Amino acid sequence: MKHDARAHARRNAAAANRRALIAARVSRRDLMKMGLLTSAGFLVPKNGLSARASGGNPQSPPTRAFIEPLPIMPVKQPVAALNPAPTIAPNVAAGEGRTRNHQALARFPPAKLYEVHQKAAPLSVSPDLPLQTIWGFDGLCPGPTYIARYGEPILVRNFNELPAGNGGFGLNEVTTHLHNGHTPSESDGFPCDFFRAGQFYDQHYPNVLAGFDSTHPPSGDPNEALSTLWYHDHRADFTSQNAYKGLEGFYLVFNDRDTGDETTGFRLPSGEFDVPLMLADKVFDENGVMFFDLFNLDGILGDRFMVNGKLQPFFQVHPRRYRFRVLDGGPSRFYEFFLTDPDAPNTSVPFWQIANDGNLLPRPLQVTSVRLGVAERTDVVIDFSQFAGRSIILENRLEQTDGRGPTGNILPAGQGNALLRFDVVLPPVADQSADPASIVKFYDLPPIEPPRVTRTFRFERNNGQWAVNGRFFDCNEVRFRVQRNTAEKWVLQNNSGGWQHPIHIHFEEFQIGSRNGQPPPGVERSRKDVVRLQFNEEIAIFFRFRDFSGRYPMHCHNTVHEDHAMMMRWEIDDVGDLTTQP
Amino acid sequence: MAHIDRRTCLALAGSAWCSALLAGRGEGRTLPSPRDAIRARYFPNVALRTHHDRHVRFYDDLIKDKIVIINFMYAECEGVCPGITANLRKVQTLLGDRVGRDIFMYSITLKPAEDTPAALDAYATMHDAGPGWLFLTGDPGDVELLRRKLGFVSPDPRLDADTSQHIGNIRYGNEPRQLWAACPGLASPRWIVESLSWLDRRESL
Repeated sequence: MKHDARAHARRNAAAANRRALIAARVSRRDLMKMGLLTSAGFLVPKNGLSARASGGNPQSPPTRAFIEPLPIMPVKQPVAALNPAPTIAPNVAAGEGRTRNHQALARFPPAKLYEVHQKAAPLSVSPDLPLQTIWGFDGLCPGPTYIARYGEPILVRNFNELPAGNGGFGLNEVTTHLHNGHTPSESDGFPCDFFRAGQFYDQHYPNVLAGFDSTHPPSGDPNEALSTLWYHDHRADFTSQNAYKGLEGFYLVFNDRDTGDETTGFRLPSGEFDVPLMLADKVFDENGVMFFDLFNLDGILGDRFMVNGKLQPFFQVHPRRYRFRVLDGGPSRFYEFFLTDPDAPNTSVPFWQIANDGNLLPRPLQVTSVRLGVAERTDVVIDFSQFAGRSIILENRLEQTDGRGPTGNILPAGQGNALLRFDVVLPPVADQSADPASIVKFYDLPPIEPPRVTRTFRFERNNGQWAVNGRFFDCNEVRFRVQRNTAEKWVLQNNSGGWQHPIHIHFEEFQIGSRNGQPPPGVERSRKDVVRLQFNEEIAIFFRFRDFSGRYPMHCHNTVHEDHAMMMRWEIDDVGDLTTQP
Repeated sequence: MAHIDRRTCLALAGSAWCSALLAGRGEGRTLPSPRDAIRARYFPNVALRTHHDRHVRFYDDLIKDKIVIINFMYAECEGVCPGITANLRKVQTLLGDRVGRDIFMYSITLKPAEDTPAALDAYATMHDAGPGWLFLTGDPGDVELLRRKLGFVSPDPRLDADTSQHIGNIRYGNEPRQLWAACPGLASPRWIVESLSWLDRRESL
């Protein structure tokens, strides 16, 4: 493999350097001194992957690709009971960190109860690196996968057992956001609803379709069904550190159409053939320890790529169709992933995109690549039957050299970042999933209603300070109020040719009306919760804010930007306001 | 250092393995503590002078064992600096007598050649800065090293060269607890104080 050849060359160079050091009779002490004197030169990675070339990012030690298999996260199992039993009011006496009542617990009593423990644990990411100490849900990175169903409310008792000793980054106060859940505010994981080590927090997920109390009573709009959600820490100012440390995982929702059984409903690949993939780029320091650049304001790029917590794993598959749910887990990188056939790198390999941000498209679309900003998801169906006995590489070919955003260049196949290798080596098995080419419809797009108000948001950088409409995030400042059960149009603006921002709005899905006045391309004609606000773009998006009330944020999901105040708090209530530039 | 010539340095500079050696990855060595790693990476112990013309070392005297707020400014700055300095004055008032006791505020000049201790003293007096808030100058090379290490750098070299566009954020941190974050210098003083309070929970220690 080409990669192995490169690693070999690097090892040879390293050996030569060691010989040079011995020949020069340089002591370690001298080297230390020299390291300080020439720090910039030593610490700037030659491949340009550092987000902050001037600051002191290390370059990861050499690691080998495709050495270990892709980990599959365990499915989270419910418990028979919680003691003490969940209460509508915060159970402060028992150590709950929640501050507001559950608004819908009585209406949607939990059919299943879970408890999850956030704690530090060792993780092996590569045989070429030492064990890492991560923070994970149940000590896992990624955390366990929740399998939920519409009509089956759940409650998760979330324990914070994180240590004060952070190993160099991270704050042991947490708030877990269920990303794109139609979730009551007090269970949403608002950035300022964090709870401390030793406390717990009951999060109630009704698993109910939007519109149940407004446009589509009593059970909600089936066309608003969500499929691929994820959860992650959202602690104000510390999200990038805590999520990078491992506090993220998947939450999948099924219903009577997307059933989780490939013989029924939409007949999407199910069971072991339905695989979440969490992408995360990291840097490891000179000692092989996971490194987080504490003093970065722009965005953090890794030079090593993990999928489901392993560096560049391989995945042995059967020659049949698989559903993959791909998530850009951040902290800052944009991806455009392709399937690369190492035997024919110049041949594009088509596959099917079936969902955008975890929401099934109106129908499957055949594509040859998918671009993702941080927190964006895509569900794809790949048919490996055409590759029996061979290997295919999931490759990121979008060039990005710093935290500002991708250059836009698509690198030649084989010269990007290899993320994962599919080895089609397992025997043929039955495939009862539908051929995506034969699927004519998943869900219709919900109608776009006339907005009650149009609000404009300018995402900007003033003297390095990230701002929206010239103002900064403050937990206590409500920037505007949406009247419950009304429609709104929001215009997102980026006047900069230098930066891109993946903008995320909690609680309700939106539809993109236009990018710079033009209707969006096929895969963006969908329900979304993150939109890539690219260079010099103006994007119009349409919402309906239904059913629940309370506080939610909008923010840039480059977690470094969000931690530095590119976020705002807004609320849903029964009055609302009509401010146009909040 | 006498044993190594410039050419060897350059040859070594490109190598990840050399970096590994620099950090002492050799067999049997114990890893540096996270606290030491942060100090080594971000806090060069350079000599600075305060607006009272006192000589201090950046890490030993200003950072070690403290909760700190750090920003960069210069006396003649007419852009964001006056607003941020006025903000920090209000932060100091809100923090009360803790400033100078366990919380320290540092404003480092971006123009050390112009901003002598006397010039910074006049600036501090003009802004009514109280005890525990130091305005700092030093050798231009050292100040630039600090600016880069602490991340007050724009990735666009053109912007970065324009001092009037300098980074207006403030770092806040608790050195012994290894907690570091930043917020806009023009955020509300109440918010800056609230952010600082997160690093300061005794019961979490």
